[in-house]
Amino acid sequence: MADAARSPKAFSLKRQPGFSSLAIACFLMLYAPIVVLVLYSFNAGTSIAIWEGFSWRWYEAAWQNEQIKDAATRSLIVAACATTVATTVATLAGLATTRTGKFRGQTAVFAIINQPLMVPEIVTAVALLIFFAIIKVATGYTGLVYLIAAHAAFCIPFAYLPIRARLEGMDLTLEHAAADLYATPWKTFRRVTLPLLWPGILAGAMLAFVISLDDVVITEFVKTAGQDTLPTYMLGQLRRVVTPEINAISTVFLAISVVLVCIFFFLNRKG
Amino acid sequence: MNSSNGGSQAVRIEAVSKVFGEGEGRVVALDNVTVGIRQNEFFTLLGPSGCGKTTLLRLIAGFEHPTGGEILLEGADISALPPYARPVNTVFQSYALFPHMTVAQNIGFGLEMLGKPRAEIDRTVDDMLQLVKMTELKDRHTNQISGGQQQRVALARALAPHPKVLLLDEPLSALDLKLRKEMQIELKRLQNETGITFVFVTHDQEEALTMSDQIAVMNNGKILQVGAPRDIYDHPADRFVAQFIGETNFLTAELASRGKSGTQVKLPSGKSVAAALPADGRTQGLVTVVVRPEHARLTKVKSKAALTGTLENIVYFGTDTHYHLQLEDKTPFIVREQNQPDGQAPYREGDQLGIEIGADAVQVLRD
Ligand SMILES: Nc1ncnc2c1ncn2[C@@H]1O[C@H](COP(=O)(O)OP(=O)(O)OP(=O)(O)O)[C@@H](O)[C@H]1O
Ligand SMILES: [Mg+2]
Repeated sequence: MADAARSPKAFSLKRQPGFSSLAIACFLMLYAPIVVLVLYSFNAGTSIAIWEGFSWRWYEAAWQNEQIKDAATRSLIVAACATTVATTVATLAGLATTRTGKFRGQTAVFAIINQPLMVPEIVTAVALLIFFAIIKVATGYTGLVYLIAAHAAFCIPFAYLPIRARLEGMDLTLEHAAADLYATPWKTFRRVTLPLLWPGILAGAMLAFVISLDDVVITEFVKTAGQDTLPTYMLGQLRRVVTPEINAISTVFLAISVVLVCIFFFLNRKG
Repeated sequence: MNSSNGGSQAVRIEAVSKVFGEGEGRVVALDNVTVGIRQNEFFTLLGPSGCGKTTLLRLIAGFEHPTGGEILLEGADISALPPYARPVNTVFQSYALFPHMTVAQNIGFGLEMLGKPRAEIDRTVDDMLQLVKMTELKDRHTNQISGGQQQRVALARALAPHPKVLLLDEPLSALDLKLRKEMQIELKRLQNETGITFVFVTHDQEEALTMSDQIAVMNNGKILQVGAPRDIYDHPADRFVAQFIGETNFLTAELASRGKSGTQVKLPSGKSVAAALPADGRTQGLVTVVVRPEHARLTKVKSKAALTGTLENIVYFGTDTHYHLQLEDKTPFIVREQNQPDGQAPYREGDQLGIEIGADAVQVLRD
C-alpha cells in the first residue's frame, strides 16, 4: 500500500483518460430525465414538452383535484400500515435468524423471507389476485386490507435486509453482558438490542415505505374499483390526456423521498 | 490444599466436561475438570491459548452449559440457572460496554436490572466511580474515553451489584505494558477492598504469579495443578507446568530410599540428593526431576557437587547471568547466578565445573 502511494505511476482510476467524461455521461443519463420532469412541472402551458413560462398552476390543479387527494391519502394509509406490519415481521425474522443457533432449514427460511425479491412481481400479482378473489367470495369483505396485506408481503424483504445487516454487525457480547448484569431476555432486548437496532429498523421502515408508495403492478391487480393509489391513478391518467399535473405529482413524490432519505442519514449519523 | 470444607468454597467445579460439536468437528474444551475456589480468593486460570480457560468462565457465568458435571456456587448447584439469575458478574475481554449509555448508566445497569431503588443505585454508582477513579468522566459516552478508562468502567460495572464471584477474562491483555502493570496493582487493591472472590483468566505466567492467591494451570481442557504461586513455581508436579512457568532443567533420575530425611533420588552423576515427591506420583523406578536454574550454583570444586558438566555458553542479562552447561550424559543444564558488583565473570566457556543443588530444589514429576 505504502509503496503504491509513493510511486508516482501508481494506478488510479481517476487519472485514466476519459474517466471524468464517462462519469458525467452516467450522471446525465441518470438525472437528466428527472431534471426535465421537475422543470416541466412548473410549465405554464398544458404540454409536457413545450416550455411556456413558469407557473405553480399544475401544483394548484393537483392540490384541488379530489381524485388525486383521495388516491394520495389511500397511498399513505396503505404504505403506513404495510410498513408497520412489514417492519415488525422483518424485525422478528431478523432476530430469529441471527439470535438463535444454526437450525435445519435456515437457508430455506432465508429464501422464503426473500421470496418477493426473487419471484417476478407479475407472478405474485396474479397469485394474489386469484387468492384474494377466493377470500372475497367467501367473506364478502372488499376493503383496503387486501392491498395492505399484499404491500406488507412484498415490503418484508426490503425491511429485512437492513435490519438483518444491523443485527449481524452488532456485538453479541453486549447482549451477554446485559444478561450477565441480571437483565432477563426481554429486558436485554428492550434496553440493549432494540436501542442499538433502531437505525436498522428505521432504515428498513423507510425502504418499505418508499417501495409500497411506489408499487404499481401488484396494486393494479389487487385493488378493487375505486381503490386507486397515486401511482395507479397516474397510470390511469396517462391513458387519457397528459398534462404537467403528472409532473407536479411526481415532483412532490420525489421531494418526499429525498426528505425521507435525508432524515434517515441524519438519524444514522447521530446513532 | 484440597480443602474438604465445602462451606468456605465460593465456587466448586465438580467433574465438569464441555464438548462442542459432534462427529468430525468434535472439540473437548473441558475434560472432567474438578476444582474448588475459596471465598475472597484471587484465583487464576493460567494456560496457553485454546486450553479451555474462557470456556470454564463461560460455564460459571452461564453462557454455556456443561455437557457433564456440576457447578456449585456457595454449595448450591447453579448448572441449570440462566446467566441473569446467577449472582456472578463478568469483565469481558472486549469490555462490552453499552455504547448507547453513559459511563454512569453503564455502571448502574446491573443494579437497575435487580430493581434497586433509584437512590441506592445513585449512591452505589458514585461509590464505584470513586473506587475506579472515574468520577469526572461519569457523563461521557463510552466511545469518548480511552481503553484504560473503558477497562475501569467495565470493572466498576461488574462490581457494582456486588456479585459473589467476579469473573475476569484476560481483562488486561488489550492494554499496553505500563497500563497493564498499573491495572494489576489496581485489581489487587479492588479485590482487597471489596472482598469479592475473583476468578481471573490469563495466559501470562508473570501476571499469574504476581497477582494470584491460587493458580490453576490448564492445558488441553484439563487442570494439571492447583496451588499457590510459590507451590506452582517451586514444586511443579507436571512436565507441562514446569515448562510453562519459568525456565527449568529436566533430568532423569532414579527414585532411591525413602529414609528419615525424606525421599532421595539418584542423579545421572551417581550422586543422591533429597527430592520432593508429587502427591500422586510413582514411588520407585526412573522418574523425571526438575531443578530451577536459580536453585543451582556453580562451583570449581567438582568432588562435592551433585552434578558436573562443561560450560558451553554464558549469557549476560544485567541482573543475572545464565550459564549453559552440558552434563556428562549430554543433557543440557542451565544455572542462573546473580551478578556481583565486582563485575568479573568468574567462569569461562570450556571450564569443567561442578553444580551444587540447593536443599529442597529437586522436584520429582508425576509422569
Ligand atoms: N462455541 C464453540 N464451538 C466450538 N468450539 C469451541 C467453541 N468455543 C470454544 N471452542 C473450542 O474449545 C477450546 C477451548 O476454547 P477456549 O475459548 O476456552 O480457550 P481459551 O483457553 O480461552 O483460549 P484463549 O487464551 O485463546 O482465549 C478451543 O479449542 C476452541 O476452539
Ligand atoms: Mg479465552
